Amino acid sequence: MLAFIVRRIVATIPVMALVALFVFSLLYIAPGDPAAIIAGDQASPADVERIRASLGLDRPYLVRFGEWSWRILQGDLGTSIFTNLPVTQLIAQRIEPTLSLMVLTLIFAVVIAVPMGVIAAWKAGTWVDKSAMAFAVLGFSVPVFVVGYLLAWIFALKLDWLPVQGYTPLSEGFWPWLRNLILPTVTLGLVYVALIARITRATMLEVLQQDYVRTANAKGVAQKDVLFLHSLKNAAVPIVTIIGIGIALLIGGAVVTESVFAIPGLGRLTVDAILRRDYPVIQGVVLLFSLVYVLVNLLIDLTYTLVDPRIRY
Amino acid sequence: MTLQHPISAAGAAPAAPVKAAEPGPLVRFGRYLRRHPSVAIGGGLLVLMALIGIFAPLLWTTDPTAISPARRTRVPSELYWFGTDMLGRDVYSRVIYGARVSLLVGFSVAILSSIAGLAIGLFAGFMRWADGIVMRIIDGWMSIPPILLAIALMALTRGSIGNVIVAITIAEIPRVARLVRGVVLSLREQPYVEAAVANGARAPRIIWRHILPNTFAPMSVQATYICASAMIVEAILSFIGAGVPPATPSWGNIMAEGRALWQVRPHIILFPAVFLSITVLAVNLLGDGLRDSLDPRIAKRL
Repeated sequence: MLAFIVRRIVATIPVMALVALFVFSLLYIAPGDPAAIIAGDQASPADVERIRASLGLDRPYLVRFGEWSWRILQGDLGTSIFTNLPVTQLIAQRIEPTLSLMVLTLIFAVVIAVPMGVIAAWKAGTWVDKSAMAFAVLGFSVPVFVVGYLLAWIFALKLDWLPVQGYTPLSEGFWPWLRNLILPTVTLGLVYVALIARITRATMLEVLQQDYVRTANAKGVAQKDVLFLHSLKNAAVPIVTIIGIGIALLIGGAVVTESVFAIPGLGRLTVDAILRRDYPVIQGVVLLFSLVYVLVNLLIDLTYTLVDPRIRY
Repeated sequence: MTLQHPISAAGAAPAAPVKAAEPGPLVRFGRYLRRHPSVAIGGGLLVLMALIGIFAPLLWTTDPTAISPARRTRVPSELYWFGTDMLGRDVYSRVIYGARVSLLVGFSVAILSSIAGLAIGLFAGFMRWADGIVMRIIDGWMSIPPILLAIALMALTRGSIGNVIVAITIAEIPRVARLVRGVVLSLREQPYVEAAVANGARAPRIIWRHILPNTFAPMSVQATYICASAMIVEAILSFIGAGVPPATPSWGNIMAEGRALWQVRPHIILFPAVFLSITVLAVNLLGDGLRDSLDPRIAKRL
């Protein structure tokens, strides 16, 4: 078991190294010469060369990648070209809204999608199943910003139940914080609900055909216990796996959702950085999100033994 | 005949004892569509959208890029069916022409990423020594969320349809490669492939005759999902200003322009949103139908 954990953690190192190499190359091949930008318009070619040498920009690609990685490992993501602030500081300022949105969406999606998939599988072929799966296809097809504007238009503009846009920090109270995040959470969660519900249904359909389910039914175990205790436990591994893989969807969707609802999070930071071609910021955000994705999936791999005791390493 | 499996009815017809009773291809196609209504509905809607895109100039449209400050932000009327945007451009014409961009991006990405993914997947699945390295690279590639990868690539280049297609393709390739590799690994253990190897067949021949034909079914299903996803990513890229140039009538661009005014003029966002959703829905329905009709078992692999 311990050997497996160590092996699995070691296996993520080359993955992250590849991501880092890609992210570094992004800045390396990005148009625009940083030395010329820092030197300014009046600088002579000799000045630019001197600045280039002092920044170490004249050294070979792999040497620079090594130095850059070393700085990253020490927590230095560089400096934003546009604001001149350290990228880590920019990220720290923007992380709370994004983290709030993603955690709420994760909870919302799992709470809705898993029972939906279980019931759809139980009632397979009936109108309950068909409408749940029709909803899932719709969830895949309607783009996240369309859902966002539609919900905002109905629940904020027409009914005036919830705020249209904006974000309130958690430090100003739980309810004001939650109120602002309800619409973004539902918006971002829809495609995730569709994904999880579909996998849950497919896995449960298989599990429900097993002999032990027939036995449980025959000996008179309550239907809800058969479904949620006996069967769901055995369907847990694929469901937990898709929740982890779906994080990628959530990250991409967060960028858009934050734009629609004017939430000052990492997604807004990314969009602003793109429009200003602020490469160090883009690098930092891509690196951070990829690290989150890899770590979440690492954690999920490690929890398989908890979810399913039959899995032993 | 009545108990026949839908696949055999749709694809190669079994050798019928009475030659004259065998139905023609059109009749069989009709039967296939009736058995798989989601293929019929999805495919039908998609053909309709393609026709709208192809015949855009004939569909009572005006120049989709013509700016006219005098008629800014009009609500839908008899003259401007979908209203006008902030620069006075006719939203109806822009939405109709927008079908071209979405479909072009969707199909191009689906085809290009399938070809690239197929090549990588075949290579990794067939060359045992390369498998480990290629799969680690794919793991790293896949751990950057696809939309973020496309955004980062677009930050390097100018916004153009070609660049958008390349950026989304690069983000989608690893998924195809993984699928193909999985199929190849399972096929390699099949008796008929082992028989071919025992007979002294060379790798290219085995790939061409035995492996390749068997990857088409799962790949065509995967390609439809990639097409749907690519259309959404294109709209997202354009929406956040990192996609096709702003003047190009694409659904994402129209919505991006409608953003500032959406609380007072929601129709600018509404019309492209409806068209985009219907098109993506059509592609997804087609994909689901294909998956169910080709092989119910591959549903689990995707």
